[in-house]
Amino acid sequence: MNDLWAGLSQAFWLLVTLDADLVEITLRSLRVTLTALVVACAIALPLAAFLAVRRFRMRRATIAVLNALMGLPPVVVGLVVYVFLSRAGPFGVFGLLFTPTAMIIAQVIIVVPLVASVAHQSLRELWSDYHDLLISMNATQFQRIQALLWDGRRALLTAALAGFGRAIGEVGAIMVVGGNIDHATRVLTTAIALETGKGEFAMALGLGFVLIALAIAVNLAIHWLGRTESEGRW
Amino acid sequence: MQMFPLKATGAQVRRRGKVLVGPVDLTLGGQGTSIIIGPNGAGKTTLLKMLHGIVRMNGGSLDWACPLEEAQKHQAFVFQTPVMMRRSVIDNIAYPLRLTGLSRRQARSRAADWAARVGLGEILERQATMLSGGERQKLALARALVREPQVLFLDEPCAALDGRATREIEEILAHAAGSGTRLIMSTHNMGQARRLADEVIFVLQGRIHEFRPAAEFFAGPETAQARAFLNGDIVE
Repeated sequence: MNDLWAGLSQAFWLLVTLDADLVEITLRSLRVTLTALVVACAIALPLAAFLAVRRFRMRRATIAVLNALMGLPPVVVGLVVYVFLSRAGPFGVFGLLFTPTAMIIAQVIIVVPLVASVAHQSLRELWSDYHDLLISMNATQFQRIQALLWDGRRALLTAALAGFGRAIGEVGAIMVVGGNIDHATRVLTTAIALETGKGEFAMALGLGFVLIALAIAVNLAIHWLGRTESEGRW
Repeated sequence: MQMFPLKATGAQVRRRGKVLVGPVDLTLGGQGTSIIIGPNGAGKTTLLKMLHGIVRMNGGSLDWACPLEEAQKHQAFVFQTPVMMRRSVIDNIAYPLRLTGLSRRQARSRAADWAARVGLGEILERQATMLSGGERQKLALARALVREPQVLFLDEPCAALDGRATREIEEILAHAAGSGTRLIMSTHNMGQARRLADEVIFVLQGRIHEFRPAAEFFAGPETAQARAFLNGDIVE
């Protein structure tokens, strides 16, 4: 209990004094996570709409695989990305290992199946509403996908937020591919793991509270910007 | 462009081994309003969707007087339960125009004009899903008519509407028909069929039992089933 209070107090002081390390780590966490989220959404949302609209031979199998990949163990993803980016690996020439870019790549791989699956659930329902109408209007495949993505945007926001939650709290993969290097690849989660390892529970808890506050703040900001709860909107 | 006559020859729709509609042999001319009537489950909706081309046929053929791609561009469909896109009234009506490549500004301008024509001019920016049943059906009509189709299919457009809303919808339909739009519509409402029909298609168990000018049909149906249906008897 004492550790909890000490953690709260530590978090409070870190925030009030705008601790330089904390600011740096927090900004890096946000930068890595938001970049990964944008890239993941750019892949996952059109994929989800395509799977909702298009009928093809391996569609069910593709959806089943996508759902299964939601449970992808992050540390394994980290390991695979590590192998690909290491000096001896196929992409070793780019020198990306132990950089924020490597962390973003790992997070994208982890987040894409989650965002695509959640988005697909919503878009499938929307497509069942729109199916006859859009076919009747002679909309092309691309126009159907566009309509689903636009009209389902608020449901897709939920999918994106789920992806953000997964990415911001991720530690296993980014520890492996980022290396938790001070002033280079250290983010909130890896810093928490480090402080816990050192026995600095108050500091670890402090960072944990900051992480939670950050996640809630970003969620609220996106909800507010999207005006999801406004009257007459979705 | 000449779309009619529309000829269905042995057209059939089957699902899971059961024949829903057909075989249908039918030739529709380019003038007037055709009303499809028949009891529940007779196949009116499937017949309409088959003619419009959104239900796949399992046999027979359906031939327009022009290439199919051209015919598809000049027809529209109003569903029994109007599908409201998750947009404002004006953006719903503008959507079919946007599909043709019209700019947003031009599409919204024409949509506003059509919204005014059907009595939705005061609620252009309201979200479509917030509309009442009558307003939804008017929006669906405006959205279907905004591309000025040569043929408009309507599946019981006044089902579940009150008398006033039904009258307003019928006025819009009469105006569209007066402007040269060919109407092909199903209804349960015999009064409405008498008011609007130039010709009647009586459907039972997926087959066309009678197809005659409305005046002749209502004066004396040829088949016992059609007579029984008009008398309000239960027909299966």
